[in-house]
Formats: sequence, structure tokens, C-alpha cells
Amino acid sequence: MNSPLLSIENVSKKFGAVVALENVSLHVGAGEFFALLGPSGCGKTTLMRCIAGFESPDSGTIALNGVDLSGVPPFRRPVNMMFQSYALFPHFDVFENIAFGLRRKGETKDAIDARVNELLAMIQLSNYGRRRIEELSGGQKQRVALARALAPRPKMLLLDEPLGALDRKLREETQFQLKEIQRLTQTSFVIVTHDQDEALALADRIAVMRAGRVEQVAGPMEIYDRPATRFVAGFVGETNFIEGRLERNLARNPGAALITEFGRIPCDPGDIAEGAQATLSVRPERIGVAREGEGIVGIVENFVFRGETTLLRVRVAENVVLRAAAGHGERHAIGEAVRLSFPSNAGALHAEEPLG
Amino acid sequence: MSGRRRLSLGERLLLAIPYLWIAAFFLAPMLLVAKISVSQSVLARPPYRPIFEFSDGPSAIWDKMQALTLDSYRALFSDTLYVESYLSSLAIAAVSTLIALIVAYPFALAIARAPERLRPLFIGLAVAPFWTSFLIRVYAWIALLKDEGLINNALMALGVISAPLQMYATPGAVIVGIVYSYLPFMLLPIYAALERQDPSLREAAADLGASPAQTFLRLTWPLSREGVVAGSLLMFIPAVGEFVVPDLLGDSETLMIGRILWNDFFSNHDWPTASAAAVALVVLLMVPLLLWERARLKEEEGAR
Repeated sequence: MNSPLLSIENVSKKFGAVVALENVSLHVGAGEFFALLGPSGCGKTTLMRCIAGFESPDSGTIALNGVDLSGVPPFRRPVNMMFQSYALFPHFDVFENIAFGLRRKGETKDAIDARVNELLAMIQLSNYGRRRIEELSGGQKQRVALARALAPRPKMLLLDEPLGALDRKLREETQFQLKEIQRLTQTSFVIVTHDQDEALALADRIAVMRAGRVEQVAGPMEIYDRPATRFVAGFVGETNFIEGRLERNLARNPGAALITEFGRIPCDPGDIAEGAQATLSVRPERIGVAREGEGIVGIVENFVFRGETTLLRVRVAENVVLRAAAGHGERHAIGEAVRLSFPSNAGALHAEEPLG
Repeated sequence: MSGRRRLSLGERLLLAIPYLWIAAFFLAPMLLVAKISVSQSVLARPPYRPIFEFSDGPSAIWDKMQALTLDSYRALFSDTLYVESYLSSLAIAAVSTLIALIVAYPFALAIARAPERLRPLFIGLAVAPFWTSFLIRVYAWIALLKDEGLINNALMALGVISAPLQMYATPGAVIVGIVYSYLPFMLLPIYAALERQDPSLREAAADLGASPAQTFLRLTWPLSREGVVAGSLLMFIPAVGEFVVPDLLGDSETLMIGRILWNDFFSNHDWPTASAAAVALVVLLMVPLLLWERARLKEEEGAR
């Protein structure tokens, strides 16, 4: 990423006594697919509305291509937004909805016709130009909203929960379409979502937000495999939190392990001090399940068939149940004894105190 | 196409109530008036030749039908007073409606954009004058507008004018009175239409490069059309037949059909002509209303 398209520096925003954004700094590159991920109320929507110009930050700056956007009204920003409710204009047909932004730019009739038809083809609604909005299905409305926001060739497209209103099956199909359209248009996409699957599936990079702060900014794989905080680990994907005391022992390989009530789990210590209390976050599919051999002994309490894997609930201590995913075709019975093994890079270690 | 669902008995009964109401309190009186309008005027009490009764028997009904006449309707068109007062009523009602629209629209817009918890308060304040009698409110305008009224006195005291302005007993006073009296009928439908608009539509327009003025012209105004039309009709129709305001605030030159009707009924005792004028007024107002309703239905059909 060379010089960023969008730079957000130390942005804070309060609504009355409620802190919506606290010292947020982010950079989004040209052509990047960026996701703001977090639970509702984490400030992701406020941040997006600050970029679009519907809210103004109390402090900090938002700059696009190095130009400070503060004081620039929404209609003068080269950024377009796709609204969660789609906000399609009910009194215009599909064509006029898509043409709206082009007409405001004063483009010629021919240029508008060409651009709208190009977009209609891209969203596979070529013959729908004269349809009224209320005649469209939810998925069609979603595509029209996308085309309308893309029509004026914005430098950056903001998408507020773009798939939130679609049913599950359509959502997956639309994820591919969205990714394809982003690749074709070479436009920076910034998507706001509370759905971690959506963020992992779509984005080049993800910013995980919580209570107005950015917890981690990284690619999907890193977010998933190396969550920076316990919150990120818990919010993105399924995980096991294992409490213990860190033992750094350079003589052995690997060099560190978490000492727990049910055994010793090798891990990457990071910068956590010897003897400190820590939490290891391990994804169920990173835990090896075997009938015999080395590893921590546990009893299968329950299992759920998930298709590709079978999720086991394994009791390893009186008060500790771990979730581990067994591969396809492996059968386990309730009450069976299994051995759980942990590769040394299986999890991410966090020093912070457990939540709640 | 969805098939027409059969209505349950309860739904039919519920629907019957407004229809019965209209039949009993609008259609039946209207038919009585229509009946009087085709009878002959006589000096009697009631001042018209009685028309057929169903107890008369067929031959008597036929005889009396022979006596029916359209003379009253001819009188409407031959006497320029009626034509002029119809035209003047339409003009005064139209101007008043237009002024009320200009006053009410920004008012409604401001309330619709006010913080949500304050909106009921503002609407309540706008409707508050309605808690006092209509008559008293119109009388109050006399106190404001007359030569020694509040406005003239204030202007003279300030030295803006040296002699009182003639405001009371002018067509202008009638228009002011009508605008004031009917403003809530204009305000409420427009407010309802504006308040319903999804605020994200305006944001979307701004996001796509529309300035606030463009957003208003392309979005807010067209999407509030239903409210504007409803408010205008709610105001225009009763304003055309308005009697109290022109009687109290107008001069004898201010012709409005409501006053002419009143004179015909109560001063001239010419019931047939007054009835014909009333029937003509209903027809005059119904025709544009029906045309508009048809156009609206057609548009809705087209939208399906």
C-alpha cells in the first residue's frame, strides 16, 4: 500500500455523554476492500457517517487523497454510500435512481445513458431500467442501490451492512458478486458489518472495533489466527479460552507453555512475562483429536455434526470443557476418551484479565 | 394478481357504518335539496310547491311530475350574480389555498425536521386555536383589522402611517380570515407526508451530489405531493362554500356563493333557487375531485 487514499487520524466523536469514537486512526489504500467489523454500538456506523459527511468528528481529521474533508458537505465529497435500507428513491424508476448522481454532475444525456446501461448490465438487471422500485425483490433492490452508489465513479464506496437484509443463501451469492464488482471497478470499498463471516469473506483488511476503539487492523487470516486481543478472538469465529500461567523454558522446544489445571499446552509466548496469568485462545479446528497417543485426555460429552467437521465438546477438567473439531469421517461416541493435542502455533496468547 | 377475498360479516358491518352515515347525513339531505330545486317557488310555507309523495299513487305522481321545472337552474345562469359569485368564490378559495400552502409548507417542514420528542408539542400548538370557537376567532380578526383596530393603532402610533388602512371589510380580509381558519387542514396532511419520509432518502440524495435545494426539488417536494393535494382539497372545498368569514370580514361587494345561498334561503325565501345553487356548487366541486381521484387510481394501477 503506497500513500493511503483515506487517512483517519485520531478521530473522536461523542453523542451527549456517549462516546461513539475514541481516538480512531485508520488508513485505507486505493482499490482496497476494507471492513469495519464490530458489534452494534461499537462506533463503526458513526465512523462511516463521518467519512460520508453526515456526522462531523469532535476532533481529529479525515482526509481523502491528502485533502482534509472537515467542513466539506456530503454532496461535495467524492465518496458515495450504499445505505443499509438501500434508500432508493420510490418515485423514480431503476434507471433514474442509478442516473441520479450522474445528473447532479451535469453529465450529457448520452454519457448518462451509457453509464447507466453499463451498470445495469454489471448488476444483471439490463431490462429492468423502467421498473419501479416497489416492483423489485430484495436482492434486486440491493443491486440497484450498489449500482446507484457506483454510478458517479466515486473514489471510495461506503457500504453500510450491504448484505444485512438478504437471506442466507442470497447473501453468499452476493458476497461473490460484491467481490467481483470491487475487483472490476478498482474502487476502494469500505464495508460496515457486524457479521464476522462477511468481513472475513470480503475484506482485504479488517478493523475490529469495540466501544469506539479499534482493537485490531489486519488481514482476515491474521485476525482469525492471531487475534490481538481476547475480544477480537471471541468476536471473530469460534474459540476456546484457556486460562493458565505462562512458563517460559528455553531449554525445551517449543520455548513456552501455558500451565493449566488439566495440563501443559505449548504456545508462542509473545511478550508476556514468565509466570504471568494469561489466556490462550484456540480455534476448535486447530486442536488435534485422536483416540490414543500423546495429548491431554478428555471425555467426549456431546457432539454436533457440521458437515465438513464434527464439533466435539470435550471435558478435560471438572470445570473445563473445550470445543474441538474432528475431521470428516471420524466418528466419536459420547463418553469416549480422546486425546487433544495443541500445535505450538495453534492459538494466540493474551495477557489481559478474563472478561466479566 | 391476487384474487379478491370475501369479506367476513364483521368486516362488512364495519364498512357499512361509514356508508350508512354518508347515506343518512349527506345523500338523503342532498336528495331533498335536489327535489326542492326542481319545484316551483310559491309564497307559502314552505315556500315551494310540494312535490310528489309516494302515497299519492301513480297518476298523482305523474301529474305532479309535470309541474317540475328547471326554472331555478335557468335562473342561476341568467342572473349574472350567481355566475359571478361562483367565480369569485372559486377565486377567493383558490388564492386562500395557495397562500395557506405557502405558509403551511415551511411550517410543516420545520415541525417534521424538529427533534422527534418536540413534534407533538409543535403540532399541538399549531392546532391549539381550534380549541376556541370558530366564530370567536373570526371576530378577533375584526378587532385586529378594523380602522381603530390593533394593527392600525400600532402602525399609527409608530408613525408608519398617518391615516388608518382600510383592511376590514375587504376581499383581502376575507382571504386572511379563510387562510387563518383553515390553515390546520393544510398543515396536518403536509406534515404527515413529510414526517413519513425516510430521512436516509435525503442523505442518499446529498451523498449522490444533490445540494440541499436540489434535494428539496427532486425528493422532498415530489414525495410530499399526496399531502399537498390532500391539504389543498381539504381547504379549498369548504372554503368555496364558506359563509361565516365573508359575512363577518367581507363587505357587501365581496361575493361568495355561501352568502348568496344564505340570502336566498333566509331573506328572499326562494328555496328552489337556493337549492339549485347548492346542487350546482356540489357538482362544481365534485367534478374536479372525481377527476383527480380517477387520475390517482390510474397512476396506482400503473404502478402495479
